[in-house]
Order: sequence, then structure tokens, then C-alpha cells
Amino acid sequence: MTLMQNAITAAPLLSVQGLTKRYGARIGCAGVGFDLYPGEVLGIVGESGSGKSTLLSCLAGHQRPDEGRILFDGADVLAFSEAERRRLLRGDWAYVHQNPRDGLRMGVSAGGNVGERLMAVGARNYAAIRESATDWLGRVEIAADRIDDRPSAFSGGMQQRLQIARNLVTGPRLVFMDEPTGGLDVSVQARLLDLLRGLVRDLGLSVVIVTHDLAVVRLLADRLMVMKSGRVVECGLTDQVLDDPQHAYTQLLVSSVLQV
Amino acid sequence: MYVAVKGGERAIDAAHAWLAEERRGDPSVPELTVAQIREQMALAVNRVMAEGSLYDPDLAALAIKQARGDLIEAVFLIRAYRTTLPRFGASRPVDTAAMAVDRRVSATFKDLPGGQVLGPTFDYTHRLLDFALAAEGTPQPAPMAPAPDEPVPHVTGLLDRDGLIEQQPADDTPAPDLTRQPLELPASRALRLQALARADEGFTLSLAYSTQRGYGRTHAFVGELRIGRVAVEVELPELGFAVEIGEVELTECDTVNQFKGSKSEPPQFTRGYGLVMGQSERKAISMSLVDRALRWQELGEDFTGAPAQDEEFVLSHCDNIQATGFLEHIKLPHYVDFQAELELVRRMRREAVQMQEAAE
Amino acid sequence: MTDQAYNFAYLDEQTKRMIRRALLKALAIPGYQVPFASREMPMPYGWGTGGVQVTAACLTPEDRLKVIDQGADDTTNAVSIRRFFQRTAGVETTERTTDATVIQTRHRIPEQPLAEGQILVYQVPIPEPLRFLEPRETETRKMHELEEYGLMHVKLYEDIARHGEIATAYAYPVRVEGRYVMDPSPIPKFDNPKLAGNPAIQLFGAGREARIHAVPPYSDVVSLDFEDHPFAASKADHECDLCGSAGSYLDEVITDDRGTRMFVCSDTDFCASRQAQGHRGRLSPQGATP
Repeated sequence: MTLMQNAITAAPLLSVQGLTKRYGARIGCAGVGFDLYPGEVLGIVGESGSGKSTLLSCLAGHQRPDEGRILFDGADVLAFSEAERRRLLRGDWAYVHQNPRDGLRMGVSAGGNVGERLMAVGARNYAAIRESATDWLGRVEIAADRIDDRPSAFSGGMQQRLQIARNLVTGPRLVFMDEPTGGLDVSVQARLLDLLRGLVRDLGLSVVIVTHDLAVVRLLADRLMVMKSGRVVECGLTDQVLDDPQHAYTQLLVSSVLQV
Repeated sequence: MYVAVKGGERAIDAAHAWLAEERRGDPSVPELTVAQIREQMALAVNRVMAEGSLYDPDLAALAIKQARGDLIEAVFLIRAYRTTLPRFGASRPVDTAAMAVDRRVSATFKDLPGGQVLGPTFDYTHRLLDFALAAEGTPQPAPMAPAPDEPVPHVTGLLDRDGLIEQQPADDTPAPDLTRQPLELPASRALRLQALARADEGFTLSLAYSTQRGYGRTHAFVGELRIGRVAVEVELPELGFAVEIGEVELTECDTVNQFKGSKSEPPQFTRGYGLVMGQSERKAISMSLVDRALRWQELGEDFTGAPAQDEEFVLSHCDNIQATGFLEHIKLPHYVDFQAELELVRRMRREAVQMQEAAE
Repeated sequence: MTDQAYNFAYLDEQTKRMIRRALLKALAIPGYQVPFASREMPMPYGWGTGGVQVTAACLTPEDRLKVIDQGADDTTNAVSIRRFFQRTAGVETTERTTDATVIQTRHRIPEQPLAEGQILVYQVPIPEPLRFLEPRETETRKMHELEEYGLMHVKLYEDIARHGEIATAYAYPVRVEGRYVMDPSPIPKFDNPKLAGNPAIQLFGAGREARIHAVPPYSDVVSLDFEDHPFAASKADHECDLCGSAGSYLDEVITDDRGTRMFVCSDTDFCASRQAQGHRGRLSPQGATP
């Protein structure tokens, strides 16, 4: 019930209104709006081409939307200068890419990857940086003796866990995740999900997670938004949406999973 | 007693003297005159003028002689000379539509106003060594035709009339001058063209070739290639009108490229442009392909990661004087840096060996 | 014997004025790379065109010029540049650090401490300290603008993780006046401490890259490091075999094909002055006075 309390007592951490992105005549996403409260996990689901990835990249500042507002902590993010935007990206915000290669420096050791955000915000003690890195590798179940290995020597699952550690080391207030379990084997996915659930719970993270996998949102998300053809067709508490889908498209999504 | 590796002064003098001797070669063979180079090595002279950014056939020929035929070295001499010249002003834009063409070909139309004029081209020669040239002799005079009096309009202008090719509105903003201002990126198209006009022919050729092979493909046709002389006019404020001060030979290439259309534009052809001093058609065609590839952003095309699309890569590496200088500077002494590296490697090796021994 | 065909110090006055404006801007924003309209010079890019343009813009007919390469006045490139200015500016030249008003250098800072009023001009091949971490100029410019220097420390971190120490021996990056990270040109890191608090004006010219940067007198210049892995200036652990100096940067010279070596000061003027004062090294001729 913390969710309901938050909703009553706190202001939204992220507030999105009328977000629209077009590619020529084609719609990327249109008229999307939602509030994300501190400590809440919002899942965005839909098939590929539904606009969920466009939405996420607009939210995270990788693309500029054509219309709409994005307020973080009450501040209009789209009006930020490049300097303010970058400061946000390396401090308060984190972004976990679907492909860990996009989120890691493949030529830099695991320790350096985790330490980068610390050094970017001013850490200058080698031993302390290393200690933090070791601690975070432990939290994502990577053995401490792999700290000087490069990610290229890691399995896909390890790379993804390393990317998560690299993002969380500075204690970001908002985490974007794009299909974090995509491209992994099923058994590896389960382990990663389990780990993510533990981190989200222990750290009280605020997360926007995009996925086509309903099992992922079932485990992680407090609330759910279902997208189709660039628009939100349904939203609500996760269990509610999955157990009693109202929109025909959501019903189709849910039933197609249950049949498996 | 240590005698340091010194004596730089004497070594330099001796090297220069030797170079002068080698430049002359066997003294029993007659010496080349600058005029001979200018007249008989005209395409080399053209290249040196183009990449040296200085239209002066005599100086370019002298540079080639001084450089022993090393064209990049000759370009270097011209550039170093050019940099010392006072700047009186800028000419009016030359009118290439009014060019007295020696050569004018279009690959897009079989016949067109002004006609196809082959001119003095290697194109249809068989590349067989002509041993007759080893002997001296005057060639048969070429047949003459009266100079045509009809105008030779640009092919792109003909397409423009039908709205088939992108508009190129006239722009009177003075073009930035690469030799007077530092290259700042991102660059305007005018600045990019300026850099390409003096870029290394080989580099430009390879980039253009890579676009044809799929690295930033632009589906180019040579809409028109023309070579000839144009008048150079200078506006004299005291007189209030322009005065012709001479003629220069130019090669101009317009490519016509396929374009599928975008958000705001229906499908139409787009343009690549090349303009080079002297007769340098390989360079002009290459330039227009690279120009077109670099315009991906403006035309809303995808960046495919191709080198020819990458403005920063192309503009930072196309100048052969910058490239050759920096490349060759690694033969200068680096004792001090190497000494520092030597100490570091030794220390790290020592520590590694100690750790290994401790581990065993 | 000035060559009358050229303006004083080769460049025309407009060009010199343009360079001086860039120099003033560089001095006003220590460590910031100021773009300037670098000219083609009669020596190749990478051979000191930036330094030569800066020197040309600074020289007055009353100046005394010293040119060194690798610390020495007699290396070929130093000779060539010194001759260039003898020919085009007709200024007096000297090999004595203390007598010089302008010193153009490649890869070293003289051992003899500099004084107020002296100008040290560095030849710079790649002025961008972030270049090998990020090849794009548009991106590195942004990184400087936003003081995003985390990546630089990642590199130093990686060095320590892999080698136990920061494995950069020359062109060791520094931060100037707490703001810009700057490449001090490829001087050995032994010379880095001399950058800081120096009474002389230090000017850095990169001709091919068309950038000028500067360190004004008495500036705060800090070599990047970690608190627990502090920067250390280092050199060969020997004394000069000619003058016995234990505190100067040394060149290693192989003297025969059996690998016998000797160490001599890289700063030739410093070494010669010490020998003239009677200092002796391991291989000095016995009893002889130079």
C-alpha cells in the first residue's frame, strides 16, 4: 500500500503530458501522458512498432518530441540546456539499454565501467572507487576477481548485470530500462529478473521499464501502460490490467501469453 | 669521451647541397625549363594549382621542378608561397554558364543545347604505350571547327525548369575563407566545398569511389562536366562597375542524384557539385560525389556510418599538406618522450618480474 | 642578413595581429583551446608550424630568441627554425636560457627556472587532451564546455588497475586554474611541475590543428591523479655523466655495440653551464677544463 500512500503524500517525480513524436506522416507516439511517483515502477508494454521504444527515447532525452511536456521534479526537462541535460543524464538519471554493448564501454574494465559515473561526479580516490565497484559487482552477482576484466570477456547475462551496476552506482533517482531482459536465454532472464526485483525493492528505485514481455512487468511493475500504434490503450495497476484486461488489444496480449 | 650526436648545422647544409645535385640529375642531360613543364606537364601543373589554391601556371611549374616532380611537395611550396601574398579582395563569382568550353559532356542527355563536346580527353584513347612519343616530333594539327556562338546552358538548369531537381536559391552571403579562418565544425556547404576544392585528389577519389561501392551510396549521374575558361571580374568601388582582370581555366561537375523524397519534399533529383582549378576532371567528379554524400543531414537521409558521410572525418583528413606533414613528423627526434617511455616500461617490467617471482 | 622579400618574422602584420588576438584570448581563459586561422608555413605541419606562428607573432626586433628541440639547441629541427627567424626577422639568437626573451621549444621545459618577462613557446602536435578517448572534435568541445572530464579519469583508473600506476610518461594531462583540462604538449611528465606557478608566459601553438592555448604567469597547474595515487615526476635514476647533475632530465645514449650506455642532460645549455662552473660527471675528462 506504499504506492497509494505515495500517491497521496508525494508530488510526482516524473510528469508527462501530451507527448507526441512523428516520423514524417508516421506516428511514433501520440498524446502520451502519465505521472510516476517516487519509488514506483511503471511498465510500458506493447508489441514491436507500438511506439513504446520511441516513447522511452523521448523521455530519456535521446530524441526530441514534437509536442508535449516532461517535468522531472517539477522542472521542464525539454527546456533544459545541453549542460543541464547532461548533468541529469550522469547524475539523477540512468538508462539501461537492451543491448549491454550500447551501455558499456567495451574497451574499459568492469571496474572502470562501474567507476566512470563516480569519477564523472568527482570521485578522486582510487581505493574508494574500487571498493564501490567491488561492492556493486557483488550486488549484481559478479565475482570480485573479474573487476579488471573487460566486458567483452563476459557472457551476455553478466554484461547486462554489469550495465545495471554501472547505472545504479551513483544512486540515480530515476532509471529508464529498455527491454533489459531481451536477447538473453530464458534461464538467464529469470535470474536477471530476480536480481532486478531485489534491487528495485531494496533501493526503492523509481523506474520506467519498456518491454514486450508480460512476465517482466508482472514481476517488477506497480503500474502498467499498454501501447498500440503509438497510443496508450489501457493503463492501471499491473495486476488489475493483467487479470482483468479491458481493451481488446490487451486481452489479446494477455491471452497470447497465457496460451504458452 | 662522449661526442654528442650533434652537428645539425653542417648536416643540413650538406643535405641541401646534395638535394640540389640530385634535382639536377645527370648534367649531360639537358635541364628542364619551367616553360617546358608548364606546357608539357599541364595536368600536373593543374593539380598543383588546384591543391595549392593558387592559379599561377608558371609558379606551379617552378614548384614541380623544385620538388623533383613530387606533386604534394610542389603543392606545399605553392601553399607556403601563397600564405605570404597580400589579399586585395575577392572577385565576383565566376559565371560558369558563360564558360568558353573546351569540353562539355553530359551523361544524362544524349543531346542538349550547346551539344556534347569531347575536347582533349584521354577517354577514348587506347591505353597503349606510344613509343613514337619517345622520339621527338610535332603532332599533326588537330582539325578545327568554328567556335559555336550558341550558349551552353547548364543541364541542372534544364531540369530545374521542370521542377525535377532541388532548388538551389542564390545566396549572397560571403563564403567563409578556409585560409583566413579556422575550420569550425559543423561546416556550411560552402566551406565544405572550399575544403574539397583544395583536397587531395587521391583521398577525394577514394571517398567518392567508396560511395559508389555502397558506403554512403548516392546514385550519382554526371549531369554535366565542363572544362573551359571563364572571365574573372573584380568590382572596383571607385568605378562602380566590374572590370575583367583575366581568365582562368576551370573544371566543373554537376551530378544529378536520385532522391526518394522526405517529410516535406516530393521525390526529385538532388545535386552534388565539384569545381576545380585547371583541367582536373577526376577531381571535380570525385568532389561532387563527396559533396552529395556529405549532404545527408540536410536532405533528411540516414547516416549509415560511411566515411564519405562523415563531415568531420572528411574535412579533417582531406588536406594532403596537413596529412603529409604530420605523418612525416614522426621521423623527427622523439628522444625525450621515448626516454620517458623507456623508464616506464623498464619499471613496469621490473615490477611484473618481481610479482611473478613472488608468486612462484 | 634579413631576407627583404618577406615581412618581419615572415608573416604579414594582419596575420600576426590575428594570432595575437588569439593569444590574448588564450591567456584570458587559461587552458582553453582558442581556434585561430593557422597559416600555411614553409615548414611541414607537425614540424612546429604552430610554435613558429606564435613565435612570429610575439617577436620584436629587440628580442633574443632561443630554439630547442628535445632540450637541445643543436638538433636539426631547432637549427632549422632558428635559422628561419635569423633569416626572416634578423633577431639575435642565443643558446643561453637566461639570456633569451623568447624560447621556442619542442618536448622540453628548460631546467634553468624561467623569469618574469620571458616567453616560452611550445610546439604542439595534438592540443586536445581528450582526443584519444573521443575522436570527435564536436564531442570533445562539448566535454570541455560542460567540464565532463570523468572519461579522463577512467583512463587513469584503467592504467592503475592494469599497471599499478598511471602509465602516461609524457603529454601528461593537467588541469589549469581548476577549469580546463589541457595537454601540455609531449613534454616528459618530469617537466610537469615546472608548468605550475611559472613566472614566464607559456604559449602553446598547434598549427595543423589551428589551436592556441596558454598558461599565464603564476598559474595553478595540477597534473591529474588520484588522492591515493598521486602524480610523481620521474626520470632516469642516474646522474649526468658529463656534469654530474642529479636533478635534470637525462637522455640515454648508447655508446657502443655492446650496449654500453651513458646518461647526459637533455638540456644542453644547462649541462654546458654546469660544466663551465666546474661540475664534473662520471665520464668527464680528468683534470681538463672545458
